Amino acid sequence: MLSFLRKNKTESAAHGTLQPVTKDIEDAFFQPTRALPAIEFRNVYLAFDDKVVLDGVSFKVRKGETKIILGRSGSGKSTLIRLVLGLLKPDQGEILVDGEDITYLSEAQMMHVRAKIGMVFQEGALFDSLPVYDNVAYRLHERDVDEEMVEEQVKRMLEFVDLEEAIHKMPAELSGGMRRRVGIARALVGNPRIVLFDEPTAGLDPPTARTICELAIKLRDIQDVSSIFVTHEMKNLEYLSSEYAIIDNEGKVVFEEEGERLCIINTEIIMLHEGKIIFSGKEEQLRASRDRYIQRFLNGK
Amino acid sequence: MNPFKKFLFELQETAFLVYYAFVRVFRRPVYLSEWVRQMDVIGVGSLPIILLTGFFTGGVLTLQSYDTLAYYGGQSETGRLVAYSLIRELGPVLSALMVAGRIGSAISAELGSMVVSQQIDAMRALGTDPYRKLVAPRIIALILMLPLLTVGADLFGIIGGGIVANSLFGLDYNVFLTSVRNGIATEDIIGGVIKPIFFGLIIGSVACHKGLSTKGGTVGVGRSTTSAVVLASIVVIIADFFLSRALQHILE
Repeated sequence: MLSFLRKNKTESAAHGTLQPVTKDIEDAFFQPTRALPAIEFRNVYLAFDDKVVLDGVSFKVRKGETKIILGRSGSGKSTLIRLVLGLLKPDQGEILVDGEDITYLSEAQMMHVRAKIGMVFQEGALFDSLPVYDNVAYRLHERDVDEEMVEEQVKRMLEFVDLEEAIHKMPAELSGGMRRRVGIARALVGNPRIVLFDEPTAGLDPPTARTICELAIKLRDIQDVSSIFVTHEMKNLEYLSSEYAIIDNEGKVVFEEEGERLCIINTEIIMLHEGKIIFSGKEEQLRASRDRYIQRFLNGK
Repeated sequence: MNPFKKFLFELQETAFLVYYAFVRVFRRPVYLSEWVRQMDVIGVGSLPIILLTGFFTGGVLTLQSYDTLAYYGGQSETGRLVAYSLIRELGPVLSALMVAGRIGSAISAELGSMVVSQQIDAMRALGTDPYRKLVAPRIIALILMLPLLTVGADLFGIIGGGIVANSLFGLDYNVFLTSVRNGIATEDIIGGVIKPIFFGLIIGSVACHKGLSTKGGTVGVGRSTTSAVVLASIVVIIADFFLSRALQHILE
């Protein structure tokens, strides 16, 4: 619910589609720690041999915000999220997660940072030797969580991605879309406050890609999760920037388009080109940009 | 990068891998079930081929040496020659080469596939240290299982030698076994068990390093698997010479 800015509180309440914003949630929204960015890049440089991958990249992801990272293949999009997880280290600059500087943390020190982050990989990156249940439960098994609690969480997460029936299947038995959804369920176990999506819809058919975007929207709007969504597909951009999720009177999640009643304030776009940020802002601003590279990217010409 | 620098770099990487695997091995959670699983895969899984290798190596040793020994009237010492050769050299080296082929390739291919399908990254992202979860159990299983497999190969080699000596050359089993007993000293057995410990370490570290440094998709997996087997086998043979010399010096 925190994901929306009410244009007119009285009007939206009169429509009765939004849950009333409770005192607790309002307090949480305005508490000082919320002002702290979930992720912050400060002038980050990274090069592999002679190839500069990131060249002075700076940006912030606010709490509850989705940052869409656009760019061609090889523009450094996936590298960005690998840096957030500490899977790579920058040559220069600082990276902060929840206000903590993680730039030079060791592998062991990174473990508590990674516990706050869920990562959805391009192809799902499921463990081939483990069934869906154990894949999703992986993080909990690592923490020696009681099996009863593990089972409850796994079922809840598989229900969230609408894959309850696949609980005992092996990854090899799943379709590409199902693998990504299991990957999302695995990333969400333990309720991470930050989720990183690395081209989660690449190579998927449009309806499945849409389902993945809906899951990302649900996370943003219902769960108040901060996320980075790396993609080069314009359809994803459209869904994430123009639709929001709410819980209707029957308790079901429904998706509505941004309009007069509500506008989405918590999705921004960053565009990378040759390791530099060449655009940062809203979808409308991106589409209005006169930059030739951006126009070529948007129009696919 | 010139080949010498590349070699030094690879050596350093492999040394770090072993160091990280062992330094962190007893930190919680300890993956005991994974250790046991790897011991089963490596030890029990390799048992048939190792025993077969040992059996026929013992047999062929008898086959090739019996006539020469008989020429000098020393056919009753066939057991001594078979046991001595097997326990000191052929048992440890052949077992290590068979395990390098079977297990080294499997480890490298498995870890390489996990790298290219981002499973290693996923593991790290989910808070698991791949050195503890994947590398340490494999190396430890190899270090523990290879000496046992070698003992199996030695035993079956002596049995094979005895059967060939008896069935083809009519040498009495008692004569063969007596010469085996007379021909082997305690230091031979100790040396024959110490060598595979080092060979296990070599095979495990080379295979894990090659697997984890896989680049270039499925083609890269094939490449790292081949180089893991070739490199591990060569290093085992080279190490065998230096270990033999060192053991001679220490034990005798």
